Amino acid sequence: MRYISDKDPSEFRERLFIAIGVVFFIFSILVVRLWYLQVMKSHYFGELSLNNRIRVTKTPAPRGLILARDGTILAENRPGFDLAIIPEDVEDMEKTLSTLEKLVGVNKEILRKRIKRARGRPPFKSIKLKKDLSWEEMVRVAIYRFELPGVLIEVGPTRSYPLGEITAHLIGYVGEISVREQERLRRAGKTSYSLGDIIGKSGVEAIYENVLRGMDGGRQIEVDAHGRLIKVMKEIPPFPGNNLRLTIDVPTQLALWEALSGKAGAGIAIDPRNGKVLAMVSTPSFDPNLLIGGISEEDWQSIINNPFRVFTNRAIQGQYPPASTFKVITAAAALEEGIIEPSTKMYSGPVFRFGGREYRDWKPEGHGNIDIKKAIIESADTFFYQVGLMVGIERLARYAEMFGFGKKTGIGFGTEKAGLVPTPEWKKKTYGTIWYDGETILTAIGQGFLLTTPLQLANAYASIANGGTLYMPQLVESIESPSGEVIKGFEPVELGKVGLSPETLSLLKEALRGVVADEDGTAHHLNVDGLRIAGKTGTAQVVRLKKRTRDIEKIPYKHRDHAWFVGFAPYDDPRIVVAVIVEHGGFGSQSAAPVALKVIQTYLKGLEERDKMLSAEHKRGERL
Amino acid sequence: MIERRYFFQIDWLLLAIAIALTVIGIANIYSATHIHQPYLYKKQLYWLIVALVVMVPVVAINYSLFERFAYVIYGISLVTLVIALLWGHSAGGSRRWLDLGFFHFQPSELAKIAFMMALAKYLSSRELPRRGLSLKELMGPAALLAPPFLLVAKQPDLGTALIFLFVFASMLCIVKIRLKTMLTISAGILAMIPFVWHSLKDYQKARLLSFLDPTMDPLGSGYHILQSKIAIGSGGFMGKGFTQGTQGTLMFLPAHHTDFIFPVLAEEWGFVGSFVVLLLFLLFIIRGMDITGSAKDRFGFLLAFGIVSMIFWHTVVNMGMVTGLLPVVGVPLPFLSYGGSFLVTTFVGVGLLLNIGMRRFLF
Repeated sequence: MRYISDKDPSEFRERLFIAIGVVFFIFSILVVRLWYLQVMKSHYFGELSLNNRIRVTKTPAPRGLILARDGTILAENRPGFDLAIIPEDVEDMEKTLSTLEKLVGVNKEILRKRIKRARGRPPFKSIKLKKDLSWEEMVRVAIYRFELPGVLIEVGPTRSYPLGEITAHLIGYVGEISVREQERLRRAGKTSYSLGDIIGKSGVEAIYENVLRGMDGGRQIEVDAHGRLIKVMKEIPPFPGNNLRLTIDVPTQLALWEALSGKAGAGIAIDPRNGKVLAMVSTPSFDPNLLIGGISEEDWQSIINNPFRVFTNRAIQGQYPPASTFKVITAAAALEEGIIEPSTKMYSGPVFRFGGREYRDWKPEGHGNIDIKKAIIESADTFFYQVGLMVGIERLARYAEMFGFGKKTGIGFGTEKAGLVPTPEWKKKTYGTIWYDGETILTAIGQGFLLTTPLQLANAYASIANGGTLYMPQLVESIESPSGEVIKGFEPVELGKVGLSPETLSLLKEALRGVVADEDGTAHHLNVDGLRIAGKTGTAQVVRLKKRTRDIEKIPYKHRDHAWFVGFAPYDDPRIVVAVIVEHGGFGSQSAAPVALKVIQTYLKGLEERDKMLSAEHKRGERL
Repeated sequence: MIERRYFFQIDWLLLAIAIALTVIGIANIYSATHIHQPYLYKKQLYWLIVALVVMVPVVAINYSLFERFAYVIYGISLVTLVIALLWGHSAGGSRRWLDLGFFHFQPSELAKIAFMMALAKYLSSRELPRRGLSLKELMGPAALLAPPFLLVAKQPDLGTALIFLFVFASMLCIVKIRLKTMLTISAGILAMIPFVWHSLKDYQKARLLSFLDPTMDPLGSGYHILQSKIAIGSGGFMGKGFTQGTQGTLMFLPAHHTDFIFPVLAEEWGFVGSFVVLLLFLLFIIRGMDITGSAKDRFGFLLAFGIVSMIFWHTVVNMGMVTGLLPVVGVPLPFLSYGGSFLVTTFVGVGLLLNIGMRRFLF
């Protein structure tokens, strides 16, 4: 073995210079790299580092309350615990999701879908996984919180509707903004909504979104890499939304709901003196509170699979033939146009033959020789067939439009339907065929193509009740600040005057009173002492039946006629107009009229009590 | 054993640079961890004292003694590696540490020094051909590399294994390898790549892939690189100031006191600070090369060169990693990174350099 401990290493030394060269070369690469990162790109990375540690969190503004006119709360906020996640802070998503599945009982895949759906959100913005946790769920999550970085419990106002399904269609509900809604609002110039924000989805919540919403506050917080709060840098408190005081009268609303529940239909009550909506119900209904707390799959399925289309607000979206209730408009046209006099009598038999066809009356034995008042009272079809023909479709259509048919009332609901007033031009355009006189005959008794919403019908009758003024239905009494001061009050808005002479108006009112007061009236059973109801029944045909029968139990449900009642009370000083439709309810007098009776009874009783209280106070005041 | 005349031959500048870098490191560890682990910088300070104490005998003992016992030391280090692998304390998925009661000792650190000694001894005991080493003549050195390399790679500690490889290659290159041999080896390595890729662990593959495209998964495996670059880049020219860095202190940076200490420094001291540190490293390496060149014998030359190359490679691989030039392999930055075993090893290396430097004259 050659062991040369003192051998001179000079032969390696020359290569040492190469090594030094390599060192210099590599170090200069590092210097260039640092120059690139720290000088050339420093602005870019500086920005990134700021985004890393400063986060902006939203503090949602409490939504304004929705009150009935007496101050009863129809929509309010209660504190709710929401389960949320910031995926950027999660260390092990798989483990986190399976733990959460166990803790709150929501399927892992659903949670994953919710996270995926929020892909467009700004970084570090939390995603709601489950809204409105129960107390037990909240406690369970809180216990595991330290093992689940990125998972948080957010405390925020949760919407709640004390009257639930009773006011569901009227008040509507709120929910997280959808991508489509956000897009639509952005195009309209409203950019203050970001994904995850709450927005009114339907009803008053949607119509008055801008009033109710308020201004979200925010917190600028500094966090570490685990999303843990280091300090709050800046805080802008939220500004709560304004309250809405509606024109709704709670006892009336409740009465309408009770009378209608179990049926499919709608009812609306209006103060004819100013168009204020006193009650609005559509059945079947849904519980809006279920939609707030992140509805379960089963609940959702049961709602959307309900054959009665529970989300439809039948009071404004349901379009039905007005049927006999329209006879009043036909009568008005005939009287105003001078086609008949109040005293003109016409023979109204069981059948009216025209153009080789038979138009039957609802009454098999006919009405005999009657004038127009009697014709309204007995709802004589054959009378109005003849009158309708004489008035003609153009004039019928004009009067219908004067009463507000065929046009949205402007109550504010985006989903409101306009109904339909048919004209020959309309038929030409739609079907490409000419108008037949037989169709005029049907229109005269409110059948055929003619369609109305319950709201339109109530509004039309309100104009008869108040002496000829068509008001825009009004839902909101006033907008109030969170502390209760009135910010803005609403005055009745006139849509126009119904051009009827006082004589015609009083004749119509008397006739409508007769419907209830006369022995032969179709709604005589509503002739309750002290209420002085005036109104009109209607039976809207769904299908043409060969043989009419009074025993509706024998007709299959889907083929049964829709039942109408529209009326007002007291007839000499009208304070309330009610329109009620019961789908497939058979004769109007049987199913719809009792609903209206309950509503009118309740409202007028309330008025009476209020008057008593007021006068008692007045007397006390005098004594003092 | 240590004579007065040696004392004056000690390269005080080299030692001063080493201590300066360590003190800079301690300041940075303080800045990076004072919120969450406020005791770490103190521990590192104690480790510096321990390292300096350990260095004293390393400097004092004539390195010829190390030469004589090189293979014994090498053998002991292999045994500790085996023990670490079998009974070691595991953390972060790898068995690297031996629990010595008062601290966790990392045998792979000692093994680096032991391996260099053994290789230096091996090479200085051979008749080395002027034309350079042939493939056959590389077999002996390769046989010395294989055991510690494989044991470390098995832990797994890819970074340290890589340093073994680089130091090995550096030492052989300075001895000279035949051009033909170099070409053959290069071809062999290229052919091996697919097999190596196959044998890599998933996290290692992910790191390599995310190195190629760090934006691919910025919150997963690309996270380290991206956060590190954000820290360095946001420092700018002048830096954010001591303890004013946000990336490090707020824990966006993983391992911000160990492997990723440099970004903390770069964020707070900017390009100026980074450049000064880089300059200190360069000065240290040049000075180390100077000592190497003046070594009186082949063993001293090769050992000194091995130590300098070890510090060089640690620096370059670490800096390359944190600046996004190289994939993430866990290699600490000499003097600056937190870690007792590594600091002591580095100072043992410094001690050996001083030892070789002050005994350069043949008295």
